Amino acid sequence: MSEHVVDARGLNCPLPILRARKALKEVPHGEVVQILATDPGAVKDFEAFCRTTGNELIESKAGGGEFQFRIRKLG
Amino acid sequence: MSGGTQPNAKRLSMIVTKGTLDWAYPPFILATTAAAMGLEVSMFFTFYGLTLLKKKLDLGISTLGNPAMEMPMMGMHVKMPNIVAMLPGVDAMAGTMMKNLIKKKGIASIEELRSAAVEAEVQMVACQMTMDLFELKREDLIDGPTLGGAATYIETASNSEINLYI
Repeated sequence: MSEHVVDARGLNCPLPILRARKALKEVPHGEVVQILATDPGAVKDFEAFCRTTGNELIESKAGGGEFQFRIRKLG
Repeated sequence: MSGGTQPNAKRLSMIVTKGTLDWAYPPFILATTAAAMGLEVSMFFTFYGLTLLKKKLDLGISTLGNPAMEMPMMGMHVKMPNIVAMLPGVDAMAGTMMKNLIKKKGIASIEELRSAAVEAEVQMVACQMTMDLFELKREDLIDGPTLGGAATYIETASNSEINLYI
């Protein structure tokens, strides 16, 4: 199973969410989308996004000024 | 995930009344994000808000009477006295500065957010009365928005969990 990567580094709210949503729409159910971001607000936003849409936030980690999220499409 | 097609999708409706660059952001950011989160979104554009539906956007900002607005100047952020804000060219300069910062900070342009909203099937309604008042023609506006009035908004609002006046 290949992983889909969205590079949202350097982008500000709400672009990381919009790009992630676009990617999730295009992948089959059950697939994982990885999002790279530099917007600190994205941490809380991806939690809220996943709670609301029913997708699973399987990973959220920070390091070196960057954030990495992995979302499984379930919603 | 399919925003707008789920039978139980929550609804967000907004009245958009302002047409400056700074005030254009909240409605379009919220509309695109809500649509991305699966909500059905409706935007009602009235008075200066109608400016945001024009085919060619040329949005500016007004520094006058905005005491909270600070301008980056000489490495600091300084408040602008009204007497300065009144000077010809100050708004144009502030508008250019803000557009440059928007680009530099990776913030979407209003054009970009508006296209994303149209793509996400956000319902847009242009206020017919304001169209008449400002002598705007349907062809001055982008494709997509329908024309309507207060009753159209009230019907949408009464079926929405979230209603915002911006």
